[in-house]
Amino acid sequence: MKLDLRLPIGLMFTTFGVMLVVFGLVSNRAIYQRSLGINVNLWWGLVLLAFGVVMLAFAMRKPRT
Amino acid sequence: MEHIHLGAIDYAILIVYFVFVLGIGWVLRRYIRSSEDFFLSGRSIPTWIAGLAFISANLGAQEVIGMGASGAKYGMMTTHFYWLGAIPAMVFVGIFMMPFYYGSRARSVPEYLKLRFDEKTRGFNAITFAVMTVFSSGISMYALAKLLELVLGWSFHASVLVSAAIVLAYIFLGGLTSAIYNEVLQFFLIVLGFFPLTLLGLRDVGGWSGLTAKLKVVATHAGYAPGAWSHLWTHTNAASANPMGVDWFSMVMGLGFVLSFGYWCTDFLVIQRAMAAKSMSAARRTPLFAAFPKMLFPALVILPGMIAIALNATRGGLLPIGSDGTPNYNLAVPVMLAHYLPSGLLGLGLTALMASFMSGMAGNVTAFNAVWTYDIYQSYIRPGQSDRHYLWMGHVATVFGIVLSVLAAYATTRFNNIMDMLQLVFAFVNAPLFATFLLGMFWRRTTGHGAFFGLVIGTLVAAVHHGLVLPYGAVVGIKGGYLGAVLHVYPSEMAQNFWTAIFAWSACFICTIVISYLTRRDKTDEDLKGLVYSLTARITDHEARWYKRPATLGVVVLALTAVLNVIFW
Repeated sequence: MKLDLRLPIGLMFTTFGVMLVVFGLVSNRAIYQRSLGINVNLWWGLVLLAFGVVMLAFAMRKPRT
Repeated sequence: MEHIHLGAIDYAILIVYFVFVLGIGWVLRRYIRSSEDFFLSGRSIPTWIAGLAFISANLGAQEVIGMGASGAKYGMMTTHFYWLGAIPAMVFVGIFMMPFYYGSRARSVPEYLKLRFDEKTRGFNAITFAVMTVFSSGISMYALAKLLELVLGWSFHASVLVSAAIVLAYIFLGGLTSAIYNEVLQFFLIVLGFFPLTLLGLRDVGGWSGLTAKLKVVATHAGYAPGAWSHLWTHTNAASANPMGVDWFSMVMGLGFVLSFGYWCTDFLVIQRAMAAKSMSAARRTPLFAAFPKMLFPALVILPGMIAIALNATRGGLLPIGSDGTPNYNLAVPVMLAHYLPSGLLGLGLTALMASFMSGMAGNVTAFNAVWTYDIYQSYIRPGQSDRHYLWMGHVATVFGIVLSVLAAYATTRFNNIMDMLQLVFAFVNAPLFATFLLGMFWRRTTGHGAFFGLVIGTLVAAVHHGLVLPYGAVVGIKGGYLGAVLHVYPSEMAQNFWTAIFAWSACFICTIVISYLTRRDKTDEDLKGLVYSLTARITDHEARWYKRPATLGVVVLALTAVLNVIFW
């Protein structure tokens, strides 16, 4: 493969994950009223981060030839 | 409606996304050496990437918004567009048709028609397809920009120009590979960006049981049986028993057979992704692999619309009321985004919407530039040039394809009716297509004249049928009846569309057979090797692992789809 696609996918979702987790930690609790009181930025940020890291791990495990 | 306010974090997410799509195009630019690299990714794409691009290219913003709207308007029956209107055709194209598309080494669907039939059949398909893709990408650009203007207060011009410029940049740099890679990135973004909406919505309405209880209110209020919004087949014995106004026969024949197979088996936009796969078996697995996520997509795009209408009916005031007194269904998804997602996830959701739009547009543009360059420019305008010349033309075609799309988007703002008419004409052209391919691939006696005139007659029959009937409650005009007499009134516009397709397909099928018998065969068995089923060596699945064998995969896909149909019967 020319460019291991898992690399940009992993990088992008890791970035999104970090952004959302940090924002979830610092943001005002009041904004989560609409999301049924759940800090969705924090939790979904963690999901994105996990997905991104798994993609990166796959990309790293098989170095391109 | 009131504009949604976005925070800095939301814009930051959108910008990060833009950086990544452009970055992928930039990195891939150095791999483009020949026209085959640019238009077919050098036939080097692995199955999973081709498969995800296969559904992503089809998943434009219109689909996300439109399926959400239909989920609100028609409920669970909208899912037929996936489980009946996509999956069986995807299995068929992978198992039975891909051997001829990929095996013939045709570089496009029109080129297959040239190899199988003749020049005029190819020309007809190439020209209608090229015009159609440019206009449909223009129309979806218009729809997206209008939506962003309404929901966010963004400038229409800025939305059109910025999104067009980004798609132009990444296709111009990296050709089809760049479009495909970005479609996969966009696929994950669409899934992960919209899924929180489904989760929060379901939690709010009390899960599936809470949702069906609330949908009973919607259904009885509209004068239907309580389960009309939450069942697939229960209320299809009569067209009047369900909000779609369609009975099971026209559903199966019109949507499940003619329209679905016509799109998934012959539209170069999706077939191009499979043609770019690295081997015959990867090409055949592409639509089969794509069928798995496709099966689950209703949870992502239809369910939020169903939740929106359920909440609208029980809590009230969620959906804005349009000028005709009914809820504005097209706003179901945007309203849900604003209702549940706080700053942060809201940015991710909107970025997913942009991603769906871009993947759809890039699909159109890459299909357009290949058909233009190979089937129109190389065939009729300047044949016999060097590959370098056609590669250059591909870049030029990308630019003017996008410029034409932008012009079409602006034309739509001025002449909405012209666009409706164009879409109608495209529907007429598409309806009979599958009959031509079916006969071409599985009956060696089909002749070039038979295919061409069958196609033309099928298209005309579609137009004539549409011109003589009307959907219930519509006035004579763009909706039908324009040929002077109204012979039949269908219970809904959807029923009218399905029957138009059924008539067109049958006319094309019969006329192609009759004309083929009346005309001399112009291709010998030798010419048709690799193009027709009975004259092509069977492909034996030599892959050792079961999950790599197309036939096995196909059976698994169909069995799972059947189970889903039974569960939600």
